[in-house]
Amino acid sequence: MNTKSLWTNERTRGLIFQVLLVVGIAVFIAFIISNTITNLEKAGLASGYSFLGDTASFDINQRLIEYSSTSTYGRAIIVGGLNTIVIAILGILAATVIGFIAGILRLSKNYLISRLVTIYVEFVRNVPVLLQIIFWWVILLSLPKVRNSLSIGDSIFLNNRGIRLPSANFSEGSVLVFLVFFGVLITLYFIKRWSHKRQEKTGKIFPFGFTALGLIIFLPALTFLLTDQPIDFNVPTRGRFNLKGGFNVTPELVALWLALSTYTAAFISEIVRSGILSVSSGQREAASALGLKPSLTMRKIILPQALRVIIPPLTSQYLNLTKNSSLAVAIGYQDIVSIGDTVLNQSGQALEVISIFMIFYLTLSLITSAFMNWYNKRIELVER
Amino acid sequence: MNENSAVIEISDLNKWFGNFHVLRDINLSVSQGERIVICGPSGSGKSTLIRCINRLEEHQEGRIVVDGNELTHDLKNIDAVRREVGMVFQSFNLFPHLNVLENCTLALIWVRKMPKLEAENLAMEYLHRVKIPEQAQKFPGQLSGGQQQRVAIARSLCMRPKIMLFDEPTSALDPEMIKEVLDVMVDLAETGMTMLVVTHEMGFASQVADQIIFMDEGLIVEQNTPEEFFNNPKSDRTKLFLSQILSH
Ligand SMILES: Nc1ncnc2c1ncn2[C@@H]1O[C@H](COP(=O)(O)OP(=O)(O)OP(=O)(O)O)[C@@H](O)[C@H]1O
Ligand SMILES: [Mg+2]
Repeated sequence: MNTKSLWTNERTRGLIFQVLLVVGIAVFIAFIISNTITNLEKAGLASGYSFLGDTASFDINQRLIEYSSTSTYGRAIIVGGLNTIVIAILGILAATVIGFIAGILRLSKNYLISRLVTIYVEFVRNVPVLLQIIFWWVILLSLPKVRNSLSIGDSIFLNNRGIRLPSANFSEGSVLVFLVFFGVLITLYFIKRWSHKRQEKTGKIFPFGFTALGLIIFLPALTFLLTDQPIDFNVPTRGRFNLKGGFNVTPELVALWLALSTYTAAFISEIVRSGILSVSSGQREAASALGLKPSLTMRKIILPQALRVIIPPLTSQYLNLTKNSSLAVAIGYQDIVSIGDTVLNQSGQALEVISIFMIFYLTLSLITSAFMNWYNKRIELVER
Repeated sequence: MNENSAVIEISDLNKWFGNFHVLRDINLSVSQGERIVICGPSGSGKSTLIRCINRLEEHQEGRIVVDGNELTHDLKNIDAVRREVGMVFQSFNLFPHLNVLENCTLALIWVRKMPKLEAENLAMEYLHRVKIPEQAQKFPGQLSGGQQQRVAIARSLCMRPKIMLFDEPTSALDPEMIKEVLDVMVDLAETGMTMLVVTHEMGFASQVADQIIFMDEGLIVEQNTPEEFFNNPKSDRTKLFLSQILSH
């Protein structure tokens, strides 16, 4: 084979182009890195991640793990990362619930309901989410002062410093309550299997949802009351100037959560709606003709088919929500970006901090995608 | 045929889609075991008429009584009617995410609350009747059109309806598959099932129909026995339709 025929061969030519491309990209990246390192050295800045061990000397108001101003930069960034994960999880849960309900309601035959949902969707998804975050924040900040907190049932208080909820202190006896709780979960698993078997044998349908809800609430509550109430609920009370007890959720977290979840829910509702519409009307008619009730048709016929269409764009909405949570910086919710910014300003290690951001979001996104792909595969398997 | 044995009684039925008057003053009485073929040009309201019978469409005027239950807004009556009426669609409408057996047992299990094993046995019995028991574990997407339509028929029959509605069951099929579906329907007719069939298969009509109904522009133009209908059509509209449909 001479060189000419190598060049005209479709496959070798493709290979040559690919190799050239990879080499080109590698050279380009190497150039940028070496150039940056030389420039940083010239400017007298040390590169590397050793600064993460230095003392942070700033405060963080929402922390899931031990942290004080004497902790390190590294720990500060972990606290921020956890705060991002908190808002991402809370947001994804709420957005999914609101989004599915809104998507289904928008298809309702009731004109008023579908209109109202349409207005919500069109309004919320057409206003920049940053404005919505600030909007909710301003609303929460304009609540009364602590001294005049609004209260719900004298146990939840709203004021311009956030929402004060009852907190729980678990003393030793509370282990029993948790044991009962997990016991119920395990029992429910067996009830589910039993009811499935019974239905196969006798055709009787067991009201699993109600039973489960009842048992999950009732049995642990009963244990709690029968033992000497081992969980101590610390219900906030009005003090003279301040609220005592309970735990405080910052207005920043609430504002961010409300804004991100309602905003993303609007997109999810559109995804759910088009997913449901993608199932042909013949499916619904065939189910009706067989005597299936609308709720059963939704559960057994429409949703299983719609989910195939819904899952992939739903995944990207989850990723969007996670990434949009970095807008937290606008209202001072201390997420990873907000804290990372402070670290960056104090230490000057811009590249390193930004690389941490990127790795962090990349990891979160990949985990989310991996989970959703796994779920998608699972429902596909049921399919065929 | 006395009046008491009428299982479907339609009187002065009128229906509109918006301003469009689809069904005009329809009167029709179907006795137990009677087989009726409905034909007519596209858009004449044939589908709409039979879809009114199991309330896939709502009518605005007149009465429809199916097996003693009048179709009104009362959900109980609608349920009762759907228990007695099975339907087969032009586009099969099998559930693509369920296999053939599950397609047949779904409603037995969730609507009739039948034990799974019993439901499966019953489903297999009907899959035998439509001559595809060996396809029970396949998914609809893996079957030919004719096989899918036979599954759809079996799925309906599993619910043991008194009345079967067919809306152009063979029009989406290739010619070689039409026969296998028609054969199943002829078998079904021989068991004494009450059937309303929208079709342009005139061979089938003359073989099994007790009455042929010709519809045009929402009206029942002509209703007659097959011999009379083919040999001695009364209206010019029917003659024209027959000449068109029999010419190819
Ligand atoms: N949901 C609907 N909304 C408005 N118009 C409709 C609707 N369904 C049917 N129509 C109209 O009503 C008329 C009768 O429709 P129908 O489907 O009953 O006709 P058909 O006799 O079954 O015709 P074909 O042989 O084409 O199936 C048609 O003109 C159709 O366009
Ligand atoms: Mg039609």
